Parts: sequence; C-alpha cells; structure tokens
Amino acid sequence: MASAPAAISGPLILGDKSPGQVTDDVCSALERGPARSWWIAIAISSSMLLLGLITVAYQVLTGIGTWGLNNTVGWAFDITNFVFWIGIGHAGTLISAVLFLFRQKWRTSVNRAAEAMTIFAVICAGIFPLIHMGRPWLAHWMAPYPNTRGPLWINFRSPLVWDFFAISTYFTISLMFWYVGLIPDMATMRDRLTGGWRKKAANFLSLGWNGSFRTWFHYETVYLLLAGLATPLVVSVHTIVSWDFATSVIPGWHTTILPPYFVAGAIFSGMSMVLTLMLIARKTMGLEDYLTKRHVGAMCKLLIATGGMVAIAYATEFVAAMYSNNDYEQFAFINRAKGPLCWSYWIMVSCNVLTPQILWFKWARSNMVVVFVVSILINIGMWFERFVIIVTSLHRDYLPSNWTGYAPTSIEIATLVGSFGLFLTLFLLFCRFVPVIAIAEVKGVLSHGRKSHE
Amino acid sequence: MAESRMSNANQRFLLGVFEREEDILAATNEARRRGLDIADVYTPYAVHGLDAAMGLRPSRLPWVCFALGLAGASFKVWFEFWTSAADWPINVGGKPWNSLPAFVPVTFEVMVLFAALSTVAAFLVGRGLLPGRRAKLAYPGVTDNQFALVIEETNATFDFDEVSAMLETFGVTHIEERVDQESL
Repeated sequence: MASAPAAISGPLILGDKSPGQVTDDVCSALERGPARSWWIAIAISSSMLLLGLITVAYQVLTGIGTWGLNNTVGWAFDITNFVFWIGIGHAGTLISAVLFLFRQKWRTSVNRAAEAMTIFAVICAGIFPLIHMGRPWLAHWMAPYPNTRGPLWINFRSPLVWDFFAISTYFTISLMFWYVGLIPDMATMRDRLTGGWRKKAANFLSLGWNGSFRTWFHYETVYLLLAGLATPLVVSVHTIVSWDFATSVIPGWHTTILPPYFVAGAIFSGMSMVLTLMLIARKTMGLEDYLTKRHVGAMCKLLIATGGMVAIAYATEFVAAMYSNNDYEQFAFINRAKGPLCWSYWIMVSCNVLTPQILWFKWARSNMVVVFVVSILINIGMWFERFVIIVTSLHRDYLPSNWTGYAPTSIEIATLVGSFGLFLTLFLLFCRFVPVIAIAEVKGVLSHGRKSHE
Repeated sequence: MAESRMSNANQRFLLGVFEREEDILAATNEARRRGLDIADVYTPYAVHGLDAAMGLRPSRLPWVCFALGLAGASFKVWFEFWTSAADWPINVGGKPWNSLPAFVPVTFEVMVLFAALSTVAAFLVGRGLLPGRRAKLAYPGVTDNQFALVIEETNATFDFDEVSAMLETFGVTHIEERVDQESL
C-alpha cells in the first residue's frame, strides 16, 4: 500500500535513516548552541516586537484616534491584519488535520512547524480586535458570565460574538492538538538528555510517557478524533470571520460567496507562509533530508489548487455583482478595479492569480529560489486581498457626500510590523526549544526496518 | 489494564528487545498465535498493525467524544435560548427572541471545544499521563529506537527456553526475565 506512491515519487525522507538517526538529527539541532544567524534573526524580530509593544501601549493610552480611520472607513488596517493572521493560521490545521484524514504521509515532516505557526498566527490575530475595542481592559465583557450589569448577557446573534467563540476555540484546540503531538517527542528528549533544565521541562511535559503500545493505540484514536474535529472547525472559523462582513449591508461584503472564498483564501495564504518558513528552516537548520523537494513540490501543488479556488472566487464575485442588476453592488466592484485604490486590487490579482501559475512547471517547483519568491508574493497579495475587501467596500458608500479616502498612520504600520515581530520571535524560540520535526511521526514513515522496502 | 496487572506481586515477565519494526510485528503475532499473554509492547512510534497483532479491542474514546460533544452542544443551545429569550430578552434589529439559526455558530464551536477537551482529558487520565509523573521505561531506548515485547509468564507451563527460541527466530537482541514489576 505505502510502497506504491513511494515507488513513483521516491522515499519521503532521504538518506535511508534509521529511527535512531532521526532522533539524533532533530534533537542535536536543539542541543547545539544557537547559530550566529539565529542571534541576528532574533535581534531583528525582537526589535520589531519592541516597536509593536511601544505603539500598542501608545494607542491604548491615547485611543484609536491615532489611526487613519474616519467616519466612512471605520474598519481598515487593523481588521485587515486580523483577517490576514487568522488566515495564515489555517494552513497549519490543514496540514495537521485535513492531510492526516487524507493519509498524506508527507505531512509528517511539516506538521509540527505548521501547527506552531498556527498557534503563533492566532496569537497575532487575537491582538488586533483586542486593540480595536479601544478599551481592551473590558475584553472579558465578550464572555457570557453572570455579571452585576443586570446580568446583561452578550448578544448571541452578533457575528462578532461568534467570532470571539470561534477564535478562542480555534486557539484552544490548535494548542491542544499541538501539545498532544508533542508528548512522545518530549519523552524522547527527556530520555536523551542527561540533565539540566531542559530535561526537567521535558520530564514535566512528557507526562510520564513510556512508549507503551496500549497508550499509543488510544493516542492514535485521540489524534484521529482531534483531526476529525479540527477539520470542520477550521472551515467554521474562517466562515465566521467572513460573516463579520457578509451579514452586513455593505455592497461588496453582503455576498453569499464570502465563506468559501475566505476559507480558500485562508488556506492559500497560510500555505504560502508555511512555504516561506519551511524554506528558511530547511536551509538554516540543515533539515534538507526531512523537508525534501518532494515536500516543497506537494505544497506548491496545493498552492496551485487553492490559488485556483481564489481566482474563481474573484471572478465569480465580479460576475455576480455585474449580473445582480444592483447599482451599488456593481459600483463597488468597478470601484475596486478602477477607483482610487485600484492599485491594491491589481496587486491582489497579480500576486494571487498570476504568480502561482508559474508553479505548474516542474522546474519552478524544484527551484527553491523561485518557490521562495512566489511564496513571498502570495503573502503580500493575500494581505492586499483583505485590504481590498475591507477598505474599498467602505470608502465609497451609498452617499457620495460620505466618500473619502484612507491612508494608514505610522502607528498602524508599526503595529503590523510589531505583529510580525511577535510571530517571528515566537517562531525562532520554537525552533530553538521544541523539536521542529515530529520525531515519532517521521519514524512511522521511514522505510527502515520494513522488508517490503528493502 | 496493563499497569495494574504488572503491579501484581510475584509475577514474572519476559522482556524481549528488537531493533526493527518488522521483527516486533512478527514476534508479537507469533506470541499471540501461541496463546502467550502479551502484557504490553513498548515502541518509539505508533507501529501500524501492532494493535491487530496484540489483539487490542477498539478504543472507547470515540464515545467520550460523541457524548461530551452532544452534551456541550445541548448545553449551549439551552444557554443561548435562556439568556436571549428567557432571562433578559433584548430586541436586536427586530429579530425574534429565540433566533435559533443565529445560535448555530456558537453552538458548533462549543460542541467542538467540549468534545476535544473531554477526549484528551479522558485519554490522559485513563492512561495515567499526568504532569510530573515519572516514566518507567521497560528498556532504555524505547522512546528512541528500541522495540520491547513484554510477555507475562501466566502459569507454570510457561517455557522460558521455548519462548526465547521463538523470539530468537525474529532477531531478538536482548532477552531478560523480570520478577520485580516496578522495573517495568
């Protein structure tokens, strides 16, 4: 069964590794001192994070009047960043849960890092609505708890409340899924280390795991159940994010295509971010045997597929608007393509629709520089997609006397930079202290020790 | 379960160590075919097919997942109805007090949350995986690259030499007999 695809596309892990070698390869990268490049990277990312912390403190103390918002454009940069980061997270769940259900064995090399990326991206995303509240110290009002204000309950009919539940559930489940996957690897680290704080931490986190197959058996069941729960969850999360827009009466937002469009876009953008990080990690951490060109190729194909869905969504919403015979709806879409913010629309189309087409060619998929550039362009394009959806729909609304423009202030840009700082700092710390490859899962897909492969 | 069985006093165990997945699978299959009592197998990763070789019954965790997911969803529907329509009804855009379709998204999220948290909690507690718990390794390296088969010597008819010879045919690298169950 497993030998058929292996015969076609070669082994998943190069170098005919034994289980012991996998442990060595992954753990020794953690046990060595950090490389110079790591120190340089974390210096840059933590500086960005510091900038973000200062600007967040400033805007919380001063108020969100520090942003470029106005009466007409009430949502802009902040919500764009929120949707962008949530979307980034979705690829991690796709790789860890959906590809698990589809028995895609190549996911084992990528899933640990992709799930970590999900968690960090959701943390980044969560910050933006929190700041947008203006008074983040009242954020707990989102939770339905008996209070002295009546008790006045939250409005369960509001998409913003749905969003709060969706994001917090998504974060909890992603974190738990990731940790459950980590338990056996923590035990491997614990038994390998001779002492020190790392051993103590691994000892605590491995929960006394001893490799008993009776435990493994239930563990596999839990993993399957979590994957089965996370798959509809990831679809629901970005669907609910799209409802933040779709349940309003703004032309350009009030469309039924928004949920599938958002889910496809989220996975597309997340895949490109996974590729960006993966290409950096395989180069800097010497993991070329584990993150092979075959893995990169598979992810490129996913990019073509999800990019195609996004392209169809762009075309569909345009045609639907033109066909609607509704002046406001038609204007919103013509304004996107030809209005004052048309540059953002064309950045979106060229980065998200045209760029991935190069990946149809095998030479492009196997050239890491090309793939890296494509992944960066898609990241940029997907950020602009959210900007287009949010800002161009708002800035010219029903009354021409309301029409206005929007430009971000330095504070808003610094906050975005800060969120990248947070994301990268967390990711760099993850690379230093947690096995970036799921050791136990990779051992399960080796050809070593199986007669049918030797 | 396995742990409680191993803490019986005066019980003898045979431990065979293997280095390849193929060998542990074949040896476990053969041990079960001979009617030996397999206490447990210790492996560095989830070896596929070992559950069939050991004759394990399907896990009951899906029932926990289903029951608690259903409980979470039911509780949330009731809670949304109670807060929005009973305890303090508020007119939001002229929608009905009990706007059931609008309650679906949060209900779904809470169902997933309940189902997943309870399944993981049931698994961890059921298998005794708790923070700070000291791991008792059957053999060094079972979390790295060694596979250990532990057979319980159920009665006097257990023939150590015969079983050892059987394990030898599957390339066992180490065999020992243990009386002190605490070492397992």
